[in-house]
Amino acid sequence: MGAIQKHGPWALVGALGAAALAVVATQRGEPINALWVVVAAVCVYLIAYRYYSLYIADNVMRLDPKRETPAHRHNDGLDYVPTNKSVLFGHHFAAIAGAGPLVGPVLAAQMGYLPGMLWILAGVVLAGAVQDFMILFISMRRDGRSLGELIRAELGVIPGVIALFGTFMIMVILLAVLAMVVVKALAESPWGTFTVGATIPIALLMGLYARYIRPGKVGEVSIIGFVLLMAAIVYGGQIAADPYWGPAFTFTGVQLTWMLIGYGFVAAILPVWLLLAPRDYLSTFLKIGTIVGLAIGIVFVAPHMQMPAMTKFVDGTGPVWAGSLFPFLFITIACGAVSGFHALISSGTTPKLVDNELDTRFIGYGGMLMESFVAIMALVAACVIEPGIYFTMNSPGGLVGTTPESAAAAVTALGFPVGADVIAQTAKDVGEHSIISRTGGAPTLAVGMAHIISSAIGGKTMMAFWYHFAILFEALFILTAVDAGTRAGRFMLQDLLGLISPTFKDTASWGPSVIATALCVGAWGFFLHQGVTDPLGGIYTLWPLFGISNQMLAAVALTLATVVIFKMKRERYAFVTIIPTVWLCICTLTAGWQKIFSPDPKIGFLSHADRFAKAIAEGKVLAPAKSMDDMHKIVFNDRIDAALAVMFVGLVVAIVVFGVMACVKAYRADRWTALEADPTLAPAE
Amino acid sequence: MTGTAASSQSFRDRLRAFNKCVCDGARLMVGQGDYGTYVAHIAKTHPDQTPMTEREFFRNRENARFGVGNTSGFRCC
Repeated sequence: MGAIQKHGPWALVGALGAAALAVVATQRGEPINALWVVVAAVCVYLIAYRYYSLYIADNVMRLDPKRETPAHRHNDGLDYVPTNKSVLFGHHFAAIAGAGPLVGPVLAAQMGYLPGMLWILAGVVLAGAVQDFMILFISMRRDGRSLGELIRAELGVIPGVIALFGTFMIMVILLAVLAMVVVKALAESPWGTFTVGATIPIALLMGLYARYIRPGKVGEVSIIGFVLLMAAIVYGGQIAADPYWGPAFTFTGVQLTWMLIGYGFVAAILPVWLLLAPRDYLSTFLKIGTIVGLAIGIVFVAPHMQMPAMTKFVDGTGPVWAGSLFPFLFITIACGAVSGFHALISSGTTPKLVDNELDTRFIGYGGMLMESFVAIMALVAACVIEPGIYFTMNSPGGLVGTTPESAAAAVTALGFPVGADVIAQTAKDVGEHSIISRTGGAPTLAVGMAHIISSAIGGKTMMAFWYHFAILFEALFILTAVDAGTRAGRFMLQDLLGLISPTFKDTASWGPSVIATALCVGAWGFFLHQGVTDPLGGIYTLWPLFGISNQMLAAVALTLATVVIFKMKRERYAFVTIIPTVWLCICTLTAGWQKIFSPDPKIGFLSHADRFAKAIAEGKVLAPAKSMDDMHKIVFNDRIDAALAVMFVGLVVAIVVFGVMACVKAYRADRWTALEADPTLAPAE
Repeated sequence: MTGTAASSQSFRDRLRAFNKCVCDGARLMVGQGDYGTYVAHIAKTHPDQTPMTEREFFRNRENARFGVGNTSGFRCC
């Protein structure tokens, strides 16, 4: 009787989820309602949370509600404060949710919604949420130390340095790719450029207000900023149509690239209260609000998925990104299924604020499930638009040309019939000159969101507003990430350079700070420039590299978790982290190998470089290059990318080898060897 | 009658608690902890010290999030 009461409702949830999945899996030929996808996902999350996360908490971690957390032990009212579980959940979720779970699923939609959806669900339950939860637990038991420090302590000094360097390189690629998403969304779009540009004076105003006029009134200043932002979107349409201001705000991708690089450098040196902090308020609240709005919109509108469940592009011939389903789907959707970056957040401020050990299950595992739900919504938004429009927006310019007629012909030839008039009309609906080859995921997501939200509020006339709202919302938090990431990268770099020359460690003095900032901006700026000038459209080349690097960081974090489990002498439960580690290693190493050595020049960097090098030797210029200079640049970029892929592969192999050695040593030891802080029990109240 | 009064009272309390939770959550999302908790903490554990003013606390938290040597303001992808 007890068992039925305890598990009965969950069995019903399971049955509902299974039924929804069955509908998704068996409905063929006609569009299914997006609600089935959402219901299936939510049921999977509930069951996984109720059973699997509890299993991990009870067996692997043995969470102890009586054990003192760092927030109690070091309580200072500032960095270490016991915090309400729901409040901390919000903090943690706001820190992990960014552009990744929105862009990855949009790109993955080229294979249809089913492969992406299954990987998002399986990945989050077995890998992503496990990683976040485990790292949060490990850091919490060690006074909230960071991932780098944890690796150094549990695996050794050399793996610690390798991981620090790897994290820096991964961050460079991340910032370059994110910045590229912004550039691709704003290029030749005066409306978008004006609204995003307007965030700078708005943020400065907010910064001065919160500094001198009404210090600390975050809510007040955010409302002022929000109103100004909405005004910027509304008037952006008129600015764009203006014969003088329209062209003045129209920039090419390369111009925007240089502006972003300059902006990144200046923003990273300015005092934080002036630009970064106020923009952080806007982007955080807008992000949470939009995610909630999108969820309500999908439930309320219940749109149909126009994209087929699976397209023929699972074989790797798709125009959006190169490579077959295995392994490339599993690196294209990184955030949302499993994201190594979360290990940095889970070992950041969150563990210092945990009130009770039991809360980590809700915050760590639950927070990642929530992010996964965001990814599912992004997938839905990409799949509710006409597939013909989807491929028009996401194919490289070389394939679809620049006119609606050429794009319609090219996309129809791909097998997704679409008329030139539909393409032109969609561009007009969203208030843009053109939607052809607007790669990067953000514009596609914006069209999808505008489609969903305008069905609920405002109808067709509001579509342009919602489109630019969505673009602004993505650009805003990407720019915040670029700011904050450049700063964080600069400190990491100073740490690393400090190993060689100790003067670099002085983060307060100007010289080293400026040099480190310039190096950091230069590093991501290089890849950004390469991506924007890439004739294939940088996403095609760089997104896989970003995916590989992010998943490799996850493999590193899960290796650390495995080592800690062995050191706690709980190796019989180590499968919890070993299974995702092995899967991520298989995916990333295969993908890395193919990106380096594949004989197909569409996939392999080296074979692509060889093809162009051979043409140079024969004095020929191959399309899409336009000159000999272009040719040399392509070869050089390919080789840099290949070297980077080699480095990522080397990094993960090295960490895994160190990890296996540490596991063997811990297995042979006859006692507990993990380095937890003293288990002082909190005084009973 | 007193029953309804008591329950409406507790409903209002719960609404207030919920409201505080939302506000605290929103502030913590941008790295601003609760000033009241901080003052209470100082009063309890270091009664001899003067706590920072609300303005100082705000700046302290801002620097802790993005300031020199700190990476905790870093956002994920």
